[in-house]
Amino acid sequence: MLGFLGSRLLQSLLVLLAASFITFTLVFLLPADPARMVAGPSASVQTVTSIRHEMGLDRPFLGQYGAYLGRLVQGDLGRSYKQNTPVSTLLASRIGPTLQLMLGAIALELLIGLPLGIWAALSRGRWPDTVVMGLAFLGAAAPQFWLALSLVYLLAYRFNLFPLGGYGGLSHLFLPALTLGIGGAGWYARMMRSQLLEVLSQDYIRTARAKGQTARGVLIGHALRNATLPIATMIGLDIGTFMGGVVVVESVFGWPGLGRLVWDAIRVIDIPIIVGVVIFSAFVITLSNLLADFVQPLIDPRVRYR
Amino acid sequence: MTALPAVPTIKRERNKTLRRFTANRLAVAGLIVVLLLSVVALLSPYISPFDPAKQDFAALLQSPSAAHPLGTDELGRDTLSRVLYGARISLSAGLVSVALALVVGTALGLIAGFVGGWLDELIGRIIDALLAFPFLILAISLAAILGPSLQNTMLAIAIVTTPAFARVTRAQVLAQRELDYVQAASALGASSGRTLLRHILPNISGALIVQASLAIAEAVLAESTLSFLGLGVQPPTPSWGSMLNTARGYLQTAPWLALAPGVIIFLTVLAFNLLGDGLRDALDPRGRTR
Repeated sequence: MLGFLGSRLLQSLLVLLAASFITFTLVFLLPADPARMVAGPSASVQTVTSIRHEMGLDRPFLGQYGAYLGRLVQGDLGRSYKQNTPVSTLLASRIGPTLQLMLGAIALELLIGLPLGIWAALSRGRWPDTVVMGLAFLGAAAPQFWLALSLVYLLAYRFNLFPLGGYGGLSHLFLPALTLGIGGAGWYARMMRSQLLEVLSQDYIRTARAKGQTARGVLIGHALRNATLPIATMIGLDIGTFMGGVVVVESVFGWPGLGRLVWDAIRVIDIPIIVGVVIFSAFVITLSNLLADFVQPLIDPRVRYR
Repeated sequence: MTALPAVPTIKRERNKTLRRFTANRLAVAGLIVVLLLSVVALLSPYISPFDPAKQDFAALLQSPSAAHPLGTDELGRDTLSRVLYGARISLSAGLVSVALALVVGTALGLIAGFVGGWLDELIGRIIDALLAFPFLILAISLAAILGPSLQNTMLAIAIVTTPAFARVTRAQVLAQRELDYVQAASALGASSGRTLLRHILPNISGALIVQASLAIAEAVLAESTLSFLGLGVQPPTPSWGSMLNTARGYLQTAPWLALAPGVIIFLTVLAFNLLGDGLRDALDPRGRTR
């Protein structure tokens, strides 16, 4: 097992190395000249040339990549063109709000998805099952930006239940977290349903029933626990799917996190910020995949690695 | 060994697939919506009541009426006409980017799966690395780096979609490579290229068609998301995503502006998803997810 985890660790490092190479190549192939962007449109050719030399942009491709990788390992993601601040500082100041948003979304998708999935499984083939599975399918296909606008219109404008946007307490968090979590809620409902049906068909459930355990007792004491275990290990993977949605959701709700940072950077074409968030999210995703592999055998002893 | 008995078998198999597909009402509904959208996209110049770019300052932000069934926007343009024209952008963005990803991804997957060795290792690592990025984040940054335009949006979505095709193809090729018909083809002296293109490719086309249908759903969604963020199609060209981007500024005064483009994006994504799921169940009834 240690061998397996070791090789997974090595694999993750390789993926990150390749990912850094891809992002670097992208920026290298960029049609716009970074030195010109830093210097501004009115700077003289000499200034641009000296800035280019200072930034090391006149060196060959692999030399530049080596230098980039060296800085990356130390957590240096470059400087913003427009704000002249290190990208890592900007990222660090935005992680908190985004983390809050993601935790809120995870809480909501579990609170909505799991009970609905249990209900669907227990009423298999009857109308609640059909309705829940239909909703789960719709939720997964709904465009997030439209969902966001609809929720703002209905729950904020029409019924004044929540603030229109901005950063603040739980009432500010609810709508953006719901937008981010609805698709996942559908996914968890489907997962919960299929897991529970699978567990309920096992022999030990029949044994428990045969020994006189009530249906409710079997469900709570045996079935639910075993059905939720595999689901619990997948929560970490949500962070990856959330990374993209965060840009849309934060831009609609004015939530000051990483997504909003990207959106603001898009509008002024501040490439280092955009690329910084890209490489950061690749790092987070690889890390959460790895973490899921480590945690899985701890939570669920049935999982064994070859 | 004659080819004759094989023909009716294939035909019967096709009929079975077709019957399984038509028995799935949701999948058929998806197909009908896709066909309808295609007709709308092709005929939009003939069926639109107004020129989608024509501004009318006497009719700004009008609520739905007989003349403008879906109202008008902040420049007095007819929303219905813009939604109809928007079908062209969304569908062509979906089709072009997926076609590009299909060709490149399949080629990479075929080579990786069939040749193997260090080439497989290299292609596999690149695919893994591309898949380590969140789909939307990578598409957003590519589009931002390339500059906002429809072509660049398509290119960005194509690049992000390619790894999925490469991965599916590679897995399929690895499974097919060991089968008797491939051994027979090479024993009969077929070159690797011929074996790949004439024997293996037709046998894995089902999986690729399913993947393509689901990828189009994702591509349409990605295009509208990029346009919503201001990265895709630029004004005055109507696109569903950019219409929603405008609508968010008028949510309080003109909420109908957000309704039509939102519903139609939802419907399009849903239709391609249903079609893809239906095709998968029809082509491979054993792999049903239920």
